[in-house]
Amino acid sequence: MKLKLKIWRQKNQASKGTFETYDVVANEHMSFLEMLDVLNEDLISQKKEPVVFEHDCREGICGTCSMVINGHPHGPNGGTTACQLHMRFFKDGDIITVEPFRASAFPVYKDLAVDRSAFDRIIQAGGYISVNTGQAVDANSVPVEQNVAEAAFDAAACIGCGACVAACPNSSAMLFTSAKVAHLSLLPQGQVEENQRVLNMVNQMDAEGFGRCSNVTACEAECPKEISVANIAMLNRKYFKASLASEKKVQ
Amino acid sequence: MKYDGKVPSGPLAEKWKNYRGTMPLVAPNNKRRLDIIVVGTGLAGASAASTLGELGYNVKCFTFHDSPRRAHSIAAQGGINAAKNYQNDGDSVYRLFYDTIKGGDYRSREANVYRLAEVSTSIIDQAVAQGVPFAREYGGLLANRSFGGVQVSRTFYARGQTGQQLLLGAYASLSRQITLGSVQMHNRHEMMDLVIEDGKARGIIARNLLTGELERHAAHCVILATGGYGNVFYLSTNAMMSNTSAAWRAVRRGALMANPCFTQIHPTCIPVSGDYQSKLTLMSESLRNDGRVWVPKKMEDVEALRAGKIKGVDIAEEDRDYYLERRYPAFGNLVPRDVASRAAKQVCDEGRGVNVAGLAVFLDFEDAFERYGKSEANAHGDHNPSREKVLELGRKVVEKKYGNLFEMYEKITGQNPYFTPMMIYPAVHYTMGGLWVDYNLETNIPGLFSLGESNFSDHGANRLGASALMQGLADGYFVIPYTVGTFLSKEIRTPKIDPNGAAFKATEKAVADRIGQLLGVNGTQSVESFHRRLGKIMWDYCGMSRSAEGLNKARKMVQDLRAEFYKDVFIPGSADEYNPELEKAHRVADFIELGELMIVDALDRNESCGGHFREEYQTEDGEALRRDDEYTYVSAWEWPNPDAGDPTLHKEELVFENVELKTRSYK
Amino acid sequence: MSLTGLFLVLFLVVHLAGNLQLLLDDGGEAFNVYTKKMTTSPIIKVISYGNYFFILLHAFQGILLYFKNRKARGSEAYAVKVTKAVNTNSFAASNMAWLGLLILVFLGIHMGDFWYQMKWGEVPTVVYHGDTYENLYLKVEASFSNIWIVLFYCLSMLGLAFHLTHGFQSAFQSLGLNHPKYSPFIRGVGKVIGVIIPIGFAIIPLYYFFLK
Repeated sequence: MKLKLKIWRQKNQASKGTFETYDVVANEHMSFLEMLDVLNEDLISQKKEPVVFEHDCREGICGTCSMVINGHPHGPNGGTTACQLHMRFFKDGDIITVEPFRASAFPVYKDLAVDRSAFDRIIQAGGYISVNTGQAVDANSVPVEQNVAEAAFDAAACIGCGACVAACPNSSAMLFTSAKVAHLSLLPQGQVEENQRVLNMVNQMDAEGFGRCSNVTACEAECPKEISVANIAMLNRKYFKASLASEKKVQ
Repeated sequence: MKYDGKVPSGPLAEKWKNYRGTMPLVAPNNKRRLDIIVVGTGLAGASAASTLGELGYNVKCFTFHDSPRRAHSIAAQGGINAAKNYQNDGDSVYRLFYDTIKGGDYRSREANVYRLAEVSTSIIDQAVAQGVPFAREYGGLLANRSFGGVQVSRTFYARGQTGQQLLLGAYASLSRQITLGSVQMHNRHEMMDLVIEDGKARGIIARNLLTGELERHAAHCVILATGGYGNVFYLSTNAMMSNTSAAWRAVRRGALMANPCFTQIHPTCIPVSGDYQSKLTLMSESLRNDGRVWVPKKMEDVEALRAGKIKGVDIAEEDRDYYLERRYPAFGNLVPRDVASRAAKQVCDEGRGVNVAGLAVFLDFEDAFERYGKSEANAHGDHNPSREKVLELGRKVVEKKYGNLFEMYEKITGQNPYFTPMMIYPAVHYTMGGLWVDYNLETNIPGLFSLGESNFSDHGANRLGASALMQGLADGYFVIPYTVGTFLSKEIRTPKIDPNGAAFKATEKAVADRIGQLLGVNGTQSVESFHRRLGKIMWDYCGMSRSAEGLNKARKMVQDLRAEFYKDVFIPGSADEYNPELEKAHRVADFIELGELMIVDALDRNESCGGHFREEYQTEDGEALRRDDEYTYVSAWEWPNPDAGDPTLHKEELVFENVELKTRSYK
Repeated sequence: MSLTGLFLVLFLVVHLAGNLQLLLDDGGEAFNVYTKKMTTSPIIKVISYGNYFFILLHAFQGILLYFKNRKARGSEAYAVKVTKAVNTNSFAASNMAWLGLLILVFLGIHMGDFWYQMKWGEVPTVVYHGDTYENLYLKVEASFSNIWIVLFYCLSMLGLAFHLTHGFQSAFQSLGLNHPKYSPFIRGVGKVIGVIIPIGFAIIPLYYFFLK
């Protein structure tokens, strides 16, 4: 199949970017990233600079890919990362627009690569349980109801790719932050610190310059791991509780 | 052997306990003055960095990813072993130790493996305390499943994403230490070289991947947790950026590489579909709990399949060859990985592969649908259900167990595995070989440690399923925090290491020169094309089966490829910017050198064991022929300069005091 | 936003109940009596000032939110813009600010048309059972014979419909009230409110324009 690609090219963070158009010949068995590999090999053979796009595991779990394909983070298929998107979902002659994730908190480094270190800092603000190595009690000493463990897993399945921010018209990081808050708050081990955790994480999220949630739910719709906005409601609940009914303050 | 394994004396079960009780410690006030560099943030690196930070050391941690959470440990699917015996099925530390030694075909160090089995239980406790959402039974207690090569259920899992959840646990601990200031994190920094001062590892030269700037980082010791080198084969289940460079740079500075030819080929991966393919995707070993592996008996069926005239489901039961069940009735479809992979290769070599390329076998769940469907119908009080109803119920049960894997298969292949058998083929997955380390996980270079997949220590010639996560976390959480003291307790009088010392400057210059050399070639062929060619040579001659003739040929081919690389590679862009092609060029250059060493090692080992199968050494019915009298040793290779002659072999004899060396049989 | 929004929904319900009296075929008696009660009762007065305050607060919060979120979005917009949503209307959800602005403009015109006239304008009077009432009913009749006013009212109610459909359930989500058992019900109520209230309001001008 012959495709026309409109790809965002930007030399570095300081420079201004623009769309460039490329022709590429692909086949339907390729993944989207393999199609980009073909384009890059072609560019290199012409001694031109290849398109920089971030990727690593190519099986939908590392969360490294960060591109918006025809307006959808990770492409139009639900529950799929860009690396799992296959070309059989496109037709011969299609024009495909590829852009980086856009948000003030995710500045573009080069072409399709963006800086998502804000997510690390949100986790560093409290997305953990304070337990030193060797302090743990026997794993089976605290039973956890099966469906609660499953719900915690559903939230913990977040791959930290940032598609939620990219999809949100407000560039809010609520789905990401709430998934971690929910994961840890659902488990008995995580409940001890939940007041401090939610205050600190929300505070850090705001400090990073993410927008406010207005429940558009585009985050859930585009999340490759289909993480639910129910987590956002849970974060709101925990936040009210921590700020109104506990003595804790942001640290 | 001039290098000592430093295995403590005493009975096997007491070694670690006694050693821990007597090893030198570093007092808290001294820990504060000691710096440690940790390279890599996978399970081993993140757990080591956070634990060392908790203990009070100053830790500097490096990853080439944009975040520590992206390390490839994240992709591990099936689970993590631990000798908890929660299932009351007769498991014990000794049994886990024995299974691992036997699974590794008696090519690993007894004491290391025993310690691994011993600390395995603490890992599960630690992970649960960190909030890792392991699968649970209805009563709220932890669930287990079974993996290849063992007869107990000791594998803890979090759906098909156990590695992700464990890594996020370690990442959370690491994040906490970053907040507390005990770990200084350097994202998007790649280790380019190791700095050795007065014979000790004292730092690294790192490249800031965004700006291209070279940085000198000094510490009292250096820990490498940089993963395996499966990508030497180009196509593997490893992530695209997984590489050997940090470890290989250590080899170039005098570290020993142990058993490099021991690579694990995983039997259940999605087959290659074309030349453009960039990586292979694993289908978890847990699928072999319920799936049956087969190929057609008759060649006319094979031809009809390839021509697309019939589908797998159209072939009658009596015309199917369930070759694993036929050859290995005791373990059936759950034989260890090396055995299953080789058997798949053999039936495909006979011409019975089921895809167009002839390189695939079926993994069929119809039996499981039927079995689960019947019991489900029974549970609902329907004792005479129709076949359709049974299959429908059965598919639902299977979906609960492996839903995400089935979905992934469908996404990649476009075929629905609930209605047509999966096609699978072996692919490179893990490397048992790695940097040679002693019992303290210290390499032959004082002050240089290696953890996780980057060392060679625990899996011998074949790793059992769900043991990689166990080893990474054991090394990071429960071994290195103690054993690093054996080195650092002698360093308490050493002042801060100066990153402006002569050794640092010289090493930085060497790195800059190498970058200049690569960019200066300005040839015509892409880095990727060299990597593909290297991968093909390695897969064809040093893959699932090897012969002296093929290996000799391959060595020459790799040497020629190396020469061509330095004459004709083209790297776009410059050194002082974000340039992924330049990063790749470094990694491929190192892979080419390592590839040659793997071939040399495979040639040296005139026996078949685990993942290493030499065609000349097999039994009459095609099983691996181990030669314990001559090859019960670890091959530790010294090769600081590939341009100055052949590598030097050091042998560490393996001593088995507690297990008897037997022919490994799964029949 | 959620608390003020939910309060305003309550106001809309009460306001609609009163206004539906315009549909009674009694020459405007019930409506005019109701109007007088609403403008003279001290309790209603307090509530109405509260109401103005909440309208302004809701608008003010909305404007702040709009600018904060626009800053978070950054200067570079997507070349291809699509918004998918789950369990809500994506058009409504991503255009709440503009829909809100439309409603604010409507409120201005609406208040100018009726409330301002009541307070400071010249409204004819009418006598029922010996008591004098301002005949706002006449003013309603006059306004709703103008097609442009009727069209603007209907358009605004369409805007309100979208605003409410998303806003009602969104308020519960923001307050943390999300539950697998009850959320579908809340979303259902939101849809019903989002359809019935604007239709209820829109029927009045349409009825006057076409049937009177």
